[in-house]
Amino acid sequence: MLQEESDLALIIAQIVQKLKGSNLYAQLERQAWASLQRPEIKLESLKEDIKEFFKISGWEKKLQNAVYSELNVFPLPSHPAAPPEHLKEPLVYMRKAQGSWEKRILKSLNSMCTELSIPLARKRPVGEQKELLNKWNEMGTDEPDLSLFRPVYAPKDFLEVLINLRNPNYENGDSHSFRTHLGLIQVPLKVKDIPELKEFFVELGLTAGQLGIDDSTQVPPELFENEHVRIGQKVLSEQDSAAAQQYIRQGSPTALRAELWALILNISSQPEDILYYEQLKTNVIQHDLLVDSLIYKDVKLTASNDDYYFVFEDYLYQVLLCFSRDTSVLGHFAYNSASPPKSYIRGKLGLEEYAVFYPPNGVIPFHGFSMYVAPLCFLYHEPSKLYQIFREMYVRFFFRLHSISSHPSGIVSLCLLFETLLQTYLPQLFYHLREIGAQPLRISFKWMVRAFSGYLATDQLLLLWDRILGYNSLEILAVLAAAVFAFRAVNLMEVTSLAAAEAVLADLSTLKVMPLLQIFLFATVT
Amino acid sequence: MSRQKNQNYKGHGLPKGREREGEWDFYWCDVSWLRENFDHTYMDEHVRISHFRNHYELTRKNYMVKNLKRFRKQLEREAGKLEAAKCDFFPKTFEMPCEYHLFVEEFRKNPGITWIMKPVARSQGKGIFLFRRLKDIMDWKKDTRSSDDQKDDIPVENYVAQHYIENPYLIGGRKFDLRVYVLVMSYMPLRAWLYRDGFARFSNTRFTLNSIDDQYVHLTNVAVQKTSPDYHPKGCKWMLQRFRQYLASKHGPKAVETLFSDMDNIFIRSLQSVQKAIISDKHCFELYGYDILIDQDLKPWLLEVNASPSLTASSQEDYELKTCLLEDTLHIVDMEARLTGREKRVGGFDLMWNDGPVSREDGAHDLSGLGNFVTNTHLGCVNDRKKQLRQLFRSLQGQKKTPN
Repeated sequence: MLQEESDLALIIAQIVQKLKGSNLYAQLERQAWASLQRPEIKLESLKEDIKEFFKISGWEKKLQNAVYSELNVFPLPSHPAAPPEHLKEPLVYMRKAQGSWEKRILKSLNSMCTELSIPLARKRPVGEQKELLNKWNEMGTDEPDLSLFRPVYAPKDFLEVLINLRNPNYENGDSHSFRTHLGLIQVPLKVKDIPELKEFFVELGLTAGQLGIDDSTQVPPELFENEHVRIGQKVLSEQDSAAAQQYIRQGSPTALRAELWALILNISSQPEDILYYEQLKTNVIQHDLLVDSLIYKDVKLTASNDDYYFVFEDYLYQVLLCFSRDTSVLGHFAYNSASPPKSYIRGKLGLEEYAVFYPPNGVIPFHGFSMYVAPLCFLYHEPSKLYQIFREMYVRFFFRLHSISSHPSGIVSLCLLFETLLQTYLPQLFYHLREIGAQPLRISFKWMVRAFSGYLATDQLLLLWDRILGYNSLEILAVLAAAVFAFRAVNLMEVTSLAAAEAVLADLSTLKVMPLLQIFLFATVT
Repeated sequence: MSRQKNQNYKGHGLPKGREREGEWDFYWCDVSWLRENFDHTYMDEHVRISHFRNHYELTRKNYMVKNLKRFRKQLEREAGKLEAAKCDFFPKTFEMPCEYHLFVEEFRKNPGITWIMKPVARSQGKGIFLFRRLKDIMDWKKDTRSSDDQKDDIPVENYVAQHYIENPYLIGGRKFDLRVYVLVMSYMPLRAWLYRDGFARFSNTRFTLNSIDDQYVHLTNVAVQKTSPDYHPKGCKWMLQRFRQYLASKHGPKAVETLFSDMDNIFIRSLQSVQKAIISDKHCFELYGYDILIDQDLKPWLLEVNASPSLTASSQEDYELKTCLLEDTLHIVDMEARLTGREKRVGGFDLMWNDGPVSREDGAHDLSGLGNFVTNTHLGCVNDRKKQLRQLFRSLQGQKKTPN
């Protein structure tokens, strides 16, 4: 009991520490001072009266939402004496692997830089600044020469790194046994099996209503949909983050989704946020970064070629260019196994005083990065709100998809979860694919790294991302990947090459996500 | 598309039967062939042809405007101003040069607004330009004397000047218009079907009123966009389902319902306005391509009606849409006489008007109280046509087997 109490005290202290510096704290203070004018506040019972006032005016709810948000995002310390690296990543070999991967990326970036003799950053001349400001809303019309730029890395390069991950403490016998080399991922991490997943995703079960299944045309809306929409509206009017997160596990109605996501991510567009975004925009106008060209190239290669997201090309630039200059993103490196790359002012290599993070937000984009933003354009049209939502989604979820860590939602665990599910419940399929040289992970990796963006139809993707928010976990990506293989198992058993297997799984745009998940988790005889 | 072999089909893209010159049962014809041959071609009872003799009453911009204005006046006389106002889905249009003076009057009343000049009978965006000053038309009139349009030889009479919609609804900063397919099986009585699928065509460049000379910004026809330097071969179309979902997530389901019901109103009223003018012939049917523009207040405007909507495909999705559209059209034309004639839905087509509004399956009533038609249309909704066709033909077979 004592241990729990002291843990709780530690958590509370940490959260209070974090919130003290936030805008909400300043607002609460102001509100408290202002409330002294009110007749119901009496000096004798000052504390209780102010608390009561906060409850009635909705400020307590806001505080609750902020606390809930912190609990969701920040991992709880395992031990008060744990060093900060443990918060990033407790396993040493993972940290080392991430470190060397980062060195490789940075080297690649630097060599591209010297090859093309383009500086990592430069100040734009005034004429260029004016031009960019004029073109801000239509940067997609620009056609800079990007032929010499290459993406710094693609998902398949990252996969190779993950395949070579080994735990030096884990020795599973001298010979290469069948079991050890069945899948591609060779590290022993704990992943959930289907009974545990069933418990974790209990709201997706057959007895609960789901949007994505029970709102189809054949089902009369009185059975589930109408009531669900009504509850959604109630949740929104109460402005309760925790309730919204619970609610969205069964899917979000289209009309309410934008607000629900903002509530869960605890985003409210305050004037300060809009100002902050404008400030970032000014940074973009004043300075040109090499990363900008990488972003341009990525958008042109991926989102602009997509049948549905091409329309939002301009928004993508407006979000991603500002994102790369946002130093507040550096905060997430406290719990990300990755570390922001450092660069040195010319001529001062190695001198810490002249080190800067490059890019300013510490995130180097890779091929397909812009697809994280594209589906959000469907929901948010105001650039600063779209930006905030994306930033929050990134620092809560997306960063885990391209950094090496042992976190259950990290890409390594997702890959292992996927492979384990397939091996355990579809052993014949797995064996067959392996025999023909088509390791399943090689096909599904790109889906998971992009959180299925660009592979599923947008409405299905949004239903999937509803559940990511609802369960605060990315494990559903691995489950869906396995469910897709299960669904196409019959065709896959007949293929005889990797290319043919890729062809069977090339087009996911007709898939309905929720029925697949339900069947795989709850309706398959194991 | 599998058809019975003993029928002779003539026209592009359809499997040809043994084609003896002059002997065909079904002809998907060009309007030019129609113009030359319809009047002296004898057609048997069962023969079908894909155009009405004088379809141009609806599809040529100047005739359509005339018919619509006449219809509107009639409605005002018979049913009052409110009812007539439902025909205000067409931007103010004036025929040139016969209505030139009326146009100048309207022009002077609204200084500074933009107008668009369109040739009445050309398609794919050819010959269209925008203007703001009367001087621009003067110059243009002089220019056409010596332009390279000479070979097309379009006299100045065949133009219309139309109020340009300056506040179009934008998605991603881009202007778009909607292409919707309406199949008319007869005008007397009026029987019209609406296809559930369609698409939104985007302009490749960002919308601004600063550059009215930039064709690429304002004209959304794919043919024009294809020549734009920004054109990506993927095509710049969204299926209507995607468009409907996007609007629903932005404005809520009710606003979307209202918009689509307003569009139904456009289709029905436009057909009603030419009902008496079109020569009704039981051999004729026609598949129209309606071009609709949405403005920022979510009001739909009719841009034009095409009698020969393009059936070439710009992408795989487009190809599927158009082949299914044609297949379902042939199902409804029903050369094999399989249908009973009482169907409200065939494949992706919903019966929109059958000499009166067709009620929905769920019996929904017009809740807005505006007297809009709550028709049996599902534009932009789920199109599970394969399943529906299977069920339909299975039940038809069953009916044939059981003697009545």
